[in-house]
Amino acid sequence: MKVRCRSSLVWGVILLAVGPRLAVAQGSSDVAPMPEVNVVGLPEFEKGDVAWMLTSSALVLMMTAPGLALFYGGLVRKKNILGVMMQCVFLMGLMSVVWALWGYSLAFGGESPYFGNLDHICLHGVIPSWDADNGGPVIPASGTVPTSVFMVFQGMFFIITPALIAGAFAERMKFSTMCVFMILWGTFVYCPIAHWVWGEGGWLLDGRFAALDFAGGTVVHISSGVSALVCALLIGKRVGFGQEPMPPHNLTYTCIGAALLWVGWFGFNAGSALAANASAANAFVATHFAAAAGVLGWSVAEWIKIGKPGILGACSGAVAGLVCITPAAGAVTPVQGMILGLAGGLGCYFACTTVKNKFGYDDSLDAFGVHGVGGTIGAVLTGVFATKAVTYSIGEDGTASAARGLLEGDVQQFVNQLIGVAASAGLAIVGTFIILKVLDATMGLRVTEDEEIQGLDLSQHGEEGYIFL
Amino acid sequence: MKKIEAVIRHFKLEEVKDALTKVGVHGMTVTEVRGFGRQKGHKEQYRGAEYTVDFLPKVKIEVVVDNEASRQVIDTIVATARTGQIGDGKVFVTPLDEAVRIRTGETGSESL
Repeated sequence: MKVRCRSSLVWGVILLAVGPRLAVAQGSSDVAPMPEVNVVGLPEFEKGDVAWMLTSSALVLMMTAPGLALFYGGLVRKKNILGVMMQCVFLMGLMSVVWALWGYSLAFGGESPYFGNLDHICLHGVIPSWDADNGGPVIPASGTVPTSVFMVFQGMFFIITPALIAGAFAERMKFSTMCVFMILWGTFVYCPIAHWVWGEGGWLLDGRFAALDFAGGTVVHISSGVSALVCALLIGKRVGFGQEPMPPHNLTYTCIGAALLWVGWFGFNAGSALAANASAANAFVATHFAAAAGVLGWSVAEWIKIGKPGILGACSGAVAGLVCITPAAGAVTPVQGMILGLAGGLGCYFACTTVKNKFGYDDSLDAFGVHGVGGTIGAVLTGVFATKAVTYSIGEDGTASAARGLLEGDVQQFVNQLIGVAASAGLAIVGTFIILKVLDATMGLRVTEDEEIQGLDLSQHGEEGYIFL
Repeated sequence: MKKIEAVIRHFKLEEVKDALTKVGVHGMTVTEVRGFGRQKGHKEQYRGAEYTVDFLPKVKIEVVVDNEASRQVIDTIVATARTGQIGDGKVFVTPLDEAVRIRTGETGSESL
């Protein structure tokens, strides 16, 4: 390997020295024969947009693992850390394949208001193909980037959204059932909601009920958070819940995970501009300040209520602020973003402590308390704060448009936000309920009590997270 | 021979070790342990869930010495490990039947 590198370096030097003459000499005789093709124009893409979207896609993938894997992994008991990490990593594999085979098509195919179609099965019409008639490649475009870039960016959302639900049933769900659940949930809950909100002609994107959801407040957070609550209720409490202590086993992991989520979220939100433009810049900055305010919101609440601010509270507050700004990142200013982040931090703190304790459901890692509640607060407040200073855009046909929220006098936008929340939560509840009932009757949702007490690491995966000898 | 087990605070370990070395103790075994006495535990809160932690972390030293040396060793540990606050720990002393140095097979005091 080394030798090869060196020889090519030598050739490089020689070519530099005699290059021009060599080129002239080769010009007539030694050119490698090209296949017979007509000269067809390749589509022009905006280099900056492509670069930013590829970067964003990688950042969003990083949110699932190591981000969420560490964030959730530290929160469970030590006998279940691999169970949680495996769910995250395995979903990176499983959901990616489902996305390529039919997920993308069901989410973004066609122009129906309600459902995608099967036009893009196996990425047909998404990835490059050869056009025999014109004798050239066809590289489908989405805006200013290749469609494959748009597809893979959206695919990263298709991974993290189901992974978020795993927080609700952590430490007790059967791994095989979880795999089937996620395939069905992705297909019948995520894809339709994604199509409504982001798909061409989607009923929440265009027309009468157009709701603002920049990066997935409804599609990602409400859908996963509400489904998480249904999971927690139907799968039931962990053995010993409420009787024996179940504190997080390693908050240092949780802290690292939260920090990675914060960084990854810049791709999640600013990438949702689908270009490297002013909208992306605003989303990036608003995202950051919302997370910052979220930390303060949750920490101060904790400080006042129990006398000490904890690292788990600070991390949870950051994530709550990030969840809250997600739908709004392309519609509010960074200063308004701080208000949303603060509201997310306070609201989610209340949901994860007072509300959860009052109702007694076992949402192990607060997937509902953070994502369901934070997503809802964010989606509603987007309808309050959306400002034309940020949403102003000029469409392809040259007409200007701008969405406004309640504060700028658009009541309909606020109502549409509520409709968006209700519709996505509704499908999430019904879809998750039916899928879980079917799986309960066929495969069983939980591991046996013995397996649960032993821990998922050993019972589901035959491995241990910590082997100290 | 006596086996002296002392449960002490973490930050006193080095001090106790040095003091014991000075009075002629040649070896010891140390373990991380958890337990409670009069100090009792403390409360921890994670997202609104409150847990009482009864078992507090301490360090346990085990030293085996001749009968004659045991009084001095005990006194040294007690004097060095004391802060005067609740939670300083305890010393337990038991008679010991036998000790063997594995490398040579020496037994009794010879093996210490």
